[in-house]
Amino acid sequence: MPPPLHRLKETPSQTAGPFVHIGMAPAVAGLDAVFARDLGAAIAGPETPGERIRVTGVILDGDGVPVRDAVIETWQADAAGLYASPADPRQGATAPDFTGWGRFAVDLASGEFAFETVKPGPAPGPQGTTMAPHIALWIVARGVNLGLATRLYFPDEDAANAADPILARAGEPGRRATLIAEAAGQADGMAVYRFVIRLQGADETVFFAT
Amino acid sequence: MSDDRATNRPAAVAPLTPRDHDWHPPAFAPGYKTSVLRSPRKPLVAHESTLTEATGPVFGPDAIGPLDNDLIANYAHDGEPVGPRILVHGRVTDEAGRGVPGALVEIWQANAGGRYRHVNDRYRAPLDPNFGGCGRALTDADGHYVFRTIMPGPYPWPNGVNDWRPAHIHFSIFGTAFGQRLITQMYFEGDPHIPLCPILNAIPSAEAVDRLVAPLDMAETVPFDARAYRFDIVLRGRRATWFENRPEGT
Repeated sequence: MPPPLHRLKETPSQTAGPFVHIGMAPAVAGLDAVFARDLGAAIAGPETPGERIRVTGVILDGDGVPVRDAVIETWQADAAGLYASPADPRQGATAPDFTGWGRFAVDLASGEFAFETVKPGPAPGPQGTTMAPHIALWIVARGVNLGLATRLYFPDEDAANAADPILARAGEPGRRATLIAEAAGQADGMAVYRFVIRLQGADETVFFAT
Repeated sequence: MSDDRATNRPAAVAPLTPRDHDWHPPAFAPGYKTSVLRSPRKPLVAHESTLTEATGPVFGPDAIGPLDNDLIANYAHDGEPVGPRILVHGRVTDEAGRGVPGALVEIWQANAGGRYRHVNDRYRAPLDPNFGGCGRALTDADGHYVFRTIMPGPYPWPNGVNDWRPAHIHFSIFGTAFGQRLITQMYFEGDPHIPLCPILNAIPSAEAVDRLVAPLDMAETVPFDARAYRFDIVLRGRRATWFENRPEGT
């Protein structure tokens, strides 16, 4: 018999449940007295260079009903395509108030979410490719047994999107289109993008396994 | 070496090891009714992790306050919360067993009566004026974390006619990469609700279920103060034997 590999298995996932806010966004649960601040409220501070944008959206279930107890986390590069992470070997040049990471509870009544950030730049992809500007999203909620990973791409980046190696894997054009936000005008001097996430149905959003 | 920010030179970050989706509960688990309309039905689109999934933010010590990991103290107003006093501790490692330092561990739980301090919880059991139910910690240099809290109670939930959740603590773990993000629940050794729970039973194998059941840890139990339970957590690792994958001629 060959020797065993001695690799551990990842801890199994369980749903975040309906009360996820208590732990991950206590102020939303009405618990604003415990921690000094909720984490992930600001992706990019005033010192971060780049084009300011607003993203709005909603998560729809298989009946088209908004999911009202989800929490979304976001992760992105800065306008130069750099991640504020020690795992990015090009680290060190992001602005001090750019974290690249956000955490947003959807509205408990409407299911709508909204956040402001800087538009990310293109970033290096696998095998010499370039990934188009994108924001990675991770969605947890009651009824979601394993957090769902997807990406938001931009509608005004046709050439970059056409060369993106991950969009290319998303398959037929209808599926790929679920990853591209809609341009939704301007507000407060910022471009607004709308990203509707559909958990099921003919227009089911592409979710990724890595 | 010139500044390579503006180039497309592949960044040298080791990819994450692929996640074994058959080990985790499936998205569609009809015994857990809420999953029926919230489960994607098309296949997940698979790709090896990129710079996006293999990087993640850093949470420095200034993100965490001194009482954040002490749920007995962090919401105390006119006394301590009611319930059995416990320590919950463990180690966050990768799949090779290496400790993950600086991981953000966040927990939330019901009080001893099974009631959450949340606007949407309407269970008749009372709130405890001295218990909030949230905590967070950063792992130390070896990947260890510890919380002091009270044992949460089981509670009924709307699924079947008479479903009760085993006593549990929710855990969110953030390691060094966005692609490692994980949320799970810790259960307590010996709880008779464990084999009855539709959420837990969505996990395909008994071996995987057992990984979520924390044993009583008498060695770490504090005499005349608090019993200890141990919950070790494994995050996805990175490929260790990794060559940067470049096309020929670059």
